[in-house]
Amino acid sequence: MKSLAELQEIRNKVLNQVNLRKEREDGVRIVVGMATCGIAAGARPVLNAFMAEVEKRNLVNVTVAQTGCIGMCRLEPIVEVYMPGEEKVTYVNMTEDKVARIITEHIINQKPVAEFTIGAAE
Amino acid sequence: MSKVYRSHILVCGGTGCSSSGSVKIQEEFERQLKEKGLDNEVKVVPTGCFGLCALGPIIIIYPEGAFYSMVQVSDIEEIVEEHIIKGRMVKRLLYEETVEKEDNIKSLNEVDFYKKQLRIALRNCGVINPEDIEEYIAVDGYQALGKVLTEMTPEQVIDIVKASGLRGRGGAGFSTGMKWMFTANAQGDQKYVACNADEGDPGAFMDRSILEGDPHTIIEAMAIAAYAVGANKGFIYIRAEYPIAVKRLQIAIDQAKKEGLLGDNIFGTDFCFDLELRLGAGAFVCGEETALMNSIEGKRGEPRPRPPFPAVKGLFAKPTLLNNVETYANIPVIINNGPEWFSAIGTEKSKGTKVFALGGKIKHTGLVEVPMGTTLREIIEEVGGGIPNGKKFKAAQTGGPSGGCIPAHLIDTPIDYDSLMSIGSMMGSGGLIVMDEDNCMVDIAKFFLEFTVDESCGKCSPCRIGTKRLYEILEKITSGKGTLKDLENLEDLCISIKESALCGLGQTAPNPILSTLRYFKDEYIAHVVDKKCPAGVCKALLSYIIIADKCKGCSACSRKCPVGAISGEIKKPYVIDQDKCIKCGVCMETCKFDSIVVE
Repeated sequence: MKSLAELQEIRNKVLNQVNLRKEREDGVRIVVGMATCGIAAGARPVLNAFMAEVEKRNLVNVTVAQTGCIGMCRLEPIVEVYMPGEEKVTYVNMTEDKVARIITEHIINQKPVAEFTIGAAE
Repeated sequence: MSKVYRSHILVCGGTGCSSSGSVKIQEEFERQLKEKGLDNEVKVVPTGCFGLCALGPIIIIYPEGAFYSMVQVSDIEEIVEEHIIKGRMVKRLLYEETVEKEDNIKSLNEVDFYKKQLRIALRNCGVINPEDIEEYIAVDGYQALGKVLTEMTPEQVIDIVKASGLRGRGGAGFSTGMKWMFTANAQGDQKYVACNADEGDPGAFMDRSILEGDPHTIIEAMAIAAYAVGANKGFIYIRAEYPIAVKRLQIAIDQAKKEGLLGDNIFGTDFCFDLELRLGAGAFVCGEETALMNSIEGKRGEPRPRPPFPAVKGLFAKPTLLNNVETYANIPVIINNGPEWFSAIGTEKSKGTKVFALGGKIKHTGLVEVPMGTTLREIIEEVGGGIPNGKKFKAAQTGGPSGGCIPAHLIDTPIDYDSLMSIGSMMGSGGLIVMDEDNCMVDIAKFFLEFTVDESCGKCSPCRIGTKRLYEILEKITSGKGTLKDLENLEDLCISIKESALCGLGQTAPNPILSTLRYFKDEYIAHVVDKKCPAGVCKALLSYIIIADKCKGCSACSRKCPVGAISGEIKKPYVIDQDKCIKCGVCMETCKFDSIVVE
């Protein structure tokens, strides 16, 4: 260890690992429906794509979690995004290809991707 | 960039949970996750102690923060299938106090056990993987060391420690900042820092849990101390009976060396520091500072007279700074958050928090950390969950064999160094043993004396001979042969030993007797005058008696009695021959009519 900057570098690298274990109110939560219906419709690749994207961009404040059946099995895979102080946004008929846009437009730039949401599908 | 996982399964790997099978649980989780192809998404993290040892093995799953208690290997498939794959918590395994109506779970900080706690020394226990230096760095680890080495002078460091008001957590409560200053001011070409991890009080496991759960914090703090006092070499004296702590400390030291956080030119400065473990064989006296240093030097673990104090002439006759594990654990946070932050916690003269190992007759056996000044009542009734089986609180023992008993009428005493001292007990290292109405105070005093007799090193006669005589008098009292004169002798001898013993062990050994004599004299008198043990513990003073009116003459007790002490005629009241009776209590358990009583 030669400098504080070097220490800081290691810290940033592992911060999001440990952050997952903190009780926080200010973080973003991406929740993927992973009941039988969701898994059958292809939720797992979507979940993995979200995780890969979060990792790639080193987003420290974002957790990716799974949940059970939301009740609209025909629209699975469903993904809900919770931002602090905002209404939740529900994305339906998710695919791996849609993930990158949601991360850049919604998670990073706070502008939901309207055309993927449940409002657009119905 | 390190790998992101969507979920972390934290498995407690402290001694408590390990002995109830947490290692197997961790392996089973890893096996199942691999089998189901989830090992890329979910990470299993072994951690240190969560504190609620009574409910072990404990696991916590994040991001939900689900707290599962008493988990068995056979439960793991269900947890993986339900919680990990489908996102449904396994309710039957959740710690009941975290479950709210409508299936929500409460945050752990709102549960009674954690609500009043403030975890400073234990801040990383149960949060990080103690065998991974990167996780420690992620929670601000080694920041304080970096700051101290690159931005501060040794004098500034000592000033911060002094201003924080931190006092030694090993028991005596001496000002840590002053100790550092004395060592820094001592003349010597070579100085040492040492860590006292020879935790010996029966029932105490605070230091072990810190070392198991957060070993890097001790390494960082010792390096800071070394810089402040001008040392370049450190020793951690730890008992070999703590295998998990020893193993994790060694891993931590190796990792710190690899990262250049121990060794030469740390953080690119001129500061060099090396750290070594020294294993103790488990003698209680080696927790005494001068005996500990003899032991590190390879000599017999016997105390030496003070002065000279270690700060002047310690290890290898060089100036040495010796602090306890918990004291060190506070240092990095004090540097990071500032002395004002620390001194705002606690009472006027006792700053910060104290870790206690709760044991005895209490619901939540385990490890707790509370701000100084928290009352005994809050610790026992709120954090500890109270006394089980509806029994009444009788006394709490703090400070182990050196401490004393706090009786029920003083339960609202705030816990800090001076309040405890004023009521004849002491903070000690933090063992807190709770006793209910079924505990005999004379017997408790005898238990601790038996311990000190065993552990006396024998170097000075007050301790070697005196504690033995004390024990003999207590033995006489509990076997019903005591007299009032014995109580007088007991007290006189206690005072003489206190005044004349060489080291802390001997000087404090009579405390359990003195404090029970002070608060429970009536129990001593019951033993010597009435020849009765009010709590029903001292066997020699008990007699099992059959109440003739209630006895149906069924002969069940007579058939069970191992020494044939019960005789009689069927359908007529039976009688116990007191000369033959060995007071085993089998008859009382056997009787279906509650006709046998103890007096």
